[in-house]
Amino acid sequence: MVTYIIRRLIGAVIMLLIVSMATFAIFFLVPQIAGATPEGMASRYVGRTASAETAKLAAERLGFNDPLIVQYGRFVKGVVAGAEYDYGPGVEKCPAPCLGYSFITRQPVFPDLMNRLPVTFSLAIGAAVIWLLAGVGIGVLSALRRGSFFDRAAMTVALAGVSLPIFFTGLVSLLVFAYGNPFSWAAQGGHYTTFLDSPVQWAYNLILPWVTLAFLFAATYARLTRAGMLETMNEDYIRTARAKGLGERKVIVKHGLRGALTPIITVFGLDFGLLIGGAVLTESAYSLPGLGKYAVDAITNQDLPKVMGVTLLAAVFVVIANLIVDLLYAVVDPRVRLA
Amino acid sequence: MSFLELKDLRIHFPTDDGLVKSVDGLSFSLERGKTLGIVGESGSGKSVTSLGILGLHKGGPARISGEIWLDGEELVSATPEHVRGLRGKKMAMIFQDPLSAMHPYYTVGDQIIEAYRIHHKVSKKAARKHAIDMLGRVGIPEPSRRVDDYPHHFSGGMRQRAMIAMALSCDPELLIADEPTTALDVTVQAQILDLMRDLQREFDSALIIITHDLGVVAELSDDILVMYAGKCVEYGSADDVFYRPEHPYTWGLLGSMPRLDREPTDRLMPIKGTPPSLINVPPGCAFHPRCPYSDRTAGRASTEVPELLETEGGHKVRCHMPKAERRSLWENEIKPVVHWEDEITAVETP
Repeated sequence: MVTYIIRRLIGAVIMLLIVSMATFAIFFLVPQIAGATPEGMASRYVGRTASAETAKLAAERLGFNDPLIVQYGRFVKGVVAGAEYDYGPGVEKCPAPCLGYSFITRQPVFPDLMNRLPVTFSLAIGAAVIWLLAGVGIGVLSALRRGSFFDRAAMTVALAGVSLPIFFTGLVSLLVFAYGNPFSWAAQGGHYTTFLDSPVQWAYNLILPWVTLAFLFAATYARLTRAGMLETMNEDYIRTARAKGLGERKVIVKHGLRGALTPIITVFGLDFGLLIGGAVLTESAYSLPGLGKYAVDAITNQDLPKVMGVTLLAAVFVVIANLIVDLLYAVVDPRVRLA
Repeated sequence: MSFLELKDLRIHFPTDDGLVKSVDGLSFSLERGKTLGIVGESGSGKSVTSLGILGLHKGGPARISGEIWLDGEELVSATPEHVRGLRGKKMAMIFQDPLSAMHPYYTVGDQIIEAYRIHHKVSKKAARKHAIDMLGRVGIPEPSRRVDDYPHHFSGGMRQRAMIAMALSCDPELLIADEPTTALDVTVQAQILDLMRDLQREFDSALIIITHDLGVVAELSDDILVMYAGKCVEYGSADDVFYRPEHPYTWGLLGSMPRLDREPTDRLMPIKGTPPSLINVPPGCAFHPRCPYSDRTAGRASTEVPELLETEGGHKVRCHMPKAERRSLWENEIKPVVHWEDEITAVETP
């Protein structure tokens, strides 16, 4: 068990290293391979109107003349230990993890990201609770009543859920529940209250995005759970559990669902990790100030450090989610502990 | 009335292709402390019978009719909840493949504890003590350590022992073992059979062994019931069925059984053909398309379903051939060919 954990941890660290390389490659390596000069790279930092000398000076100070490996080293060092930017009259210290400064706001990116993270996290956690309960519940019922009206109806709705994009369901739900009719009860987009300020207001503002996002995911989970339950409920150990005289509810939950849980956990970990990195469409549809919205805005403004920061952070979350899934695997399936 | 009595039990499954008559008019009785062996090919309805007794027949809306009397209680008409309360406590089952029959995600101990606590209101600690005790009784070394192992930590034979411990944890009066040794290798088979015999004596339970392996029933059974296409074709004491079998299907089973006391040059005599579909059971005697003697029935083989008739002292046979002809066939033609000696030497115990 201990070796299993250690192996997974080492794997995660290696993944993070690869993630940093990939991010570096996308934002610094590819443009230079594509023929961008050090001055060209630097001009993104000083603006289009800057003179050639300014660009040259910036390229020198930002180190775009150095070999790529040195640039990569500086990039990693910035993330791990912080960086110092020499802007002539003085030195600006960027504390670790330094992801650079926004071109637009001139603020360091990382604190920005940390401000946005709770919003995305709130969105993801609430939606996850709803989609897990709904998806797994519907999946179990569908499997137990295979071929029934409920099963067919649920699977049709699930298909709709998978197929309909958020920017459609999101806008429709806003139209129906938040705008334009006397029965609209939900919060309109663009509002966010922190959980600590007011849990009720927090939930009220997020309920529509939660449900919309959960609708998309619940569909997948319902199908996944249904398939898993159909398989496990035919296993011999289910018959054994019944032969012991166990009540049907316990047979289904403790023995059936338990056996079907492994793939659900895998997919859930990955989905959740991905979502924390930014639920781009949902946050855009509801104008929530989370990481996804942040990324979209940054891309629109060509604010490179922000885009890079979000990318790196999202990748880190996926790696962490993977690690947690791997560890959970060992908890859920004792046979994994041998490996 | 006997401890367990089945009267005209029928379990039919409606499917898209037609009605599957898995069990079609089965009757037998069994006393406490006695062992009944149910023998037959795959698909003869053996397993469905046992699942039916426990009320576990599934696969959509199974149609069950007839009577199952267990210790004075009728089970077919009882509520599912009542039968559930009897399962595991009054009647328990041992399954064929202990690896797939045990939940891979729970420890062996947890599964035994669960079985015990369904029917006994005791603390987890007391149940755990009982589980360790049971594991010890079925011959698992260091039970207090192995109780926390998962099924995949156990060998096949150990797993079957654990399965038996689980089935016996509530001291059931009726134990049904469905192919208990099929998934095990030969030496372990013998150990498990010995264990089951010892435990049955100790618990004085009624035991039903379901198998396609005549060697297994020869080891353990008092009575033997031979099933074919959902019906009993021959029923009698182990001696009757092994030394004086009268049904051509039973002869076929005996002839196709490998034996150590046969000459290595002797060929096994397989039963020709394949088991019939349970949807389109052949008309008349279900065995007649495969029976080498179907021409000796005066044309009744394919038109008339034979009755299960008593030939002598509780020995019953379902065959159109006259009794005298069956007996002379056995004595003169079959017995010499299958080299049937006085001693039953089951292949399982070398």
